[in-house]
Amino acid sequence: MDEKMKIDEGMPGRFTDKDWVVSPAPHVHSGATTQGLMRDVLIALAPALAVAVYFFGWQMLLTAAVSVASCVALEFAIQKYLMRCRPSVNDLSATVTGLLLALNLPAGAPWWLVTTGSIVAIGITKMSFGGLGKNPFNPALVGRVFLLISFPVQMTHWVVPQGTATTDAVTGATPLSIIKENLAQGLSIDGIVERFDLSYWELLFGRIGGSAGEVSAVALLAGFGWLLFRRVIRPHIPLAVLGSMALLGGVFWLVDPQRFIDPLFHLLSGGALLGAIFMATDYVTSPMNPWGMLIFGIGIGVLTILIRLFGAYPEGISFAILIMNATVPLLNKYTKPKRYGKEVRHG
Amino acid sequence: MSVFTDIRRTVYGKERLRTFSIGGAHPPSCKLAAQSATEEMIPEGTVSLFLGQHIGAPAVPVVGKGERVKTGRLVAKANGFVSANIHSSVSGTVLAVEPVADLAGRRMPAIVIQVEGDEWEEGIDRTPDIANDISAIDAATIIRKVSDAGIVGLGGAAFPTHVKLSPPQGKRARTLIINAAECEPYLTSDYRVMLESGEQAIIGALLLQRALDAPEAFIGIEVNKPEAIFHLQKIIRERGYSIRVVPLRQRYPQGSEKQLVEAVAGRRVPSMGLPVDAGAVVQNIGTALAVYEAVQKNKPLIDNCITITGRSAPRQVNAMVRVGTPLSKIAAWAGGIPSDTGKIVCGGPMMGKAVANIDAPTVKTTAAILYIPEREALRRKESNCIRCARCVRACPMGLEPYLLIRLTQCGRYDELQTHRTYDCIECGCCLYSCPARVPLLDYIRIGKEKIKR
Repeated sequence: MDEKMKIDEGMPGRFTDKDWVVSPAPHVHSGATTQGLMRDVLIALAPALAVAVYFFGWQMLLTAAVSVASCVALEFAIQKYLMRCRPSVNDLSATVTGLLLALNLPAGAPWWLVTTGSIVAIGITKMSFGGLGKNPFNPALVGRVFLLISFPVQMTHWVVPQGTATTDAVTGATPLSIIKENLAQGLSIDGIVERFDLSYWELLFGRIGGSAGEVSAVALLAGFGWLLFRRVIRPHIPLAVLGSMALLGGVFWLVDPQRFIDPLFHLLSGGALLGAIFMATDYVTSPMNPWGMLIFGIGIGVLTILIRLFGAYPEGISFAILIMNATVPLLNKYTKPKRYGKEVRHG
Repeated sequence: MSVFTDIRRTVYGKERLRTFSIGGAHPPSCKLAAQSATEEMIPEGTVSLFLGQHIGAPAVPVVGKGERVKTGRLVAKANGFVSANIHSSVSGTVLAVEPVADLAGRRMPAIVIQVEGDEWEEGIDRTPDIANDISAIDAATIIRKVSDAGIVGLGGAAFPTHVKLSPPQGKRARTLIINAAECEPYLTSDYRVMLESGEQAIIGALLLQRALDAPEAFIGIEVNKPEAIFHLQKIIRERGYSIRVVPLRQRYPQGSEKQLVEAVAGRRVPSMGLPVDAGAVVQNIGTALAVYEAVQKNKPLIDNCITITGRSAPRQVNAMVRVGTPLSKIAAWAGGIPSDTGKIVCGGPMMGKAVANIDAPTVKTTAAILYIPEREALRRKESNCIRCARCVRACPMGLEPYLLIRLTQCGRYDELQTHRTYDCIECGCCLYSCPARVPLLDYIRIGKEKIKR
């Protein structure tokens, strides 16, 4: 659309010493860039990464570095040698995918596990559909779920946070898997909470087992605040996910508090916050209209609770988000933003 | 923020500032020329008056080559109801009636006049006295005078004002809204009109109100112009005029008719409808001033206030410029075109047209000459749409620009209709806020053209 248009030589009264740019309005821009948005997501993830490093040691930083480097390198190579277009790794989207993948793996995951995840995330989920903006499913989540199904042992080898000082890590289970396993053995919720010393305090600040990024609710909420402050995301999806989880979890809890854990525990444990704030809000794989966003979020919340309470896996938000990713084109089609003015039918 | 909060508290109680409800953007206002008092530019050389500078049929020339005309003399007559008279903006000799290149370089029929002195027609009152007695004038007289003076909507659409003042059968305007939002960045001509000819513009608004027989009249002004708000309110209070100033929250595109009707009157214009379908008529503040001059002073529409601005402009100027003056002459008169200019825009930066031919003459609605520096002149390269939905969030009509551009690109024009593409007001909010710089509005314009056929 843009071109430096040379004024017709034959036209009377022209400026011959200078060419002006002639392009359609608008002639100014807000300055928003894809890179800027991605940078804000990286900044929002910084507290979660910092907490992970604090609890799991410097090895965590190495995992993140391997993940980011392999994602970026893979995207660069695919764009340069397979798609033969100008690589666009500058937009930082591969960096975000890499960091999210690292935060979705257990701390201390071996390098081959991380790079396999990167290949699935970038190579299969993102680039095979045409790159940024074209993929129907969240790359980091597909990477994680692929690893979870293919390498269940390594993927549930949870390191319980010890801090940077200790080198010999202790392995343990996540709060959600503790509850799931012990309920199956006939214990009541009260008994489990007492026996395993599961407190909200630990959930908030992170001394729990789990994926590297999901251990501290406070760090994730800080990131949420940053994303909202910078207007990177709208609050619809995270609030719909968390709200519907609390509501449905609360209903079950009220029915039988000895069989079902309370809603606050649901929100603070597992990947609920990481998923609701960072994975479900991925622009490419989430709806574009406010009502679509709400339905999408509610779907994720409901599916997550159902998988957690009745499914085979202790945590289900990854599956829930991927399932809802598949509904996005339909949600975009059947929800519309609030239009200005009544439509008048014209024959 | 504190200035605005103060205004709200002291003048309007705790009432929330009004605005429209969907979408919008917040481009920085950059009103660089706000403090420059209006100067008057008398043209030299030639002026060219386009016959079709309004919506509707082009006017028919009533002067021939070699004829001498005085300033204010009718030179082209309206061709039918939806058309407008054109008057000579200078005194001199008609050189020719021939095609002249416009902004885009298209050759359009125009009357070219050689300027000789500045002698005005008889009967035009050029004294600065304010004629505020409007008691004896009835609606029909106002509409006839407005029509004779060739007044068109100066907000940009150039719709003949007398047509707007005669609503279709069965529709009545309850509310007259004077558009003084001036939401486009850089533009300050309406602001200067309010400060320098505030009372005249208010009288013009009252004349418009009488012509419409509208029970209520409002002037909508964005709060980034507090002096104008205070000034007009002072005049209204002192003289007891029955019109109200409505301060509006700063937000683009507040000055668009449909958005302004919602902001001021709280009613929405139906799709494909006119403001009168929501019981409102919107007139620009500049139009109100022109109406005052036409009715009270017998002066036809031959000049308008133009802002000459830009970050590297040698001088920030507001000037009363005679219609038909070449842009290059105005630029030279205002200090010349800065050397780092990469693009010259005629109008505001959001909706103005880029100038291909700097020698094009102004028209009645020309609002500004804006210099855009070289580094901002070219658009950045487009990258992949990341589906961030910022365009959906920004669209003041509640459309889905990302979808409309995709449908246009795929040639699915019939579906454009079901997604209400025709509602697009081309405000540019979608492109302004797109991080991937997808040329959304360009494609939507193409789509709109396609569904018109």
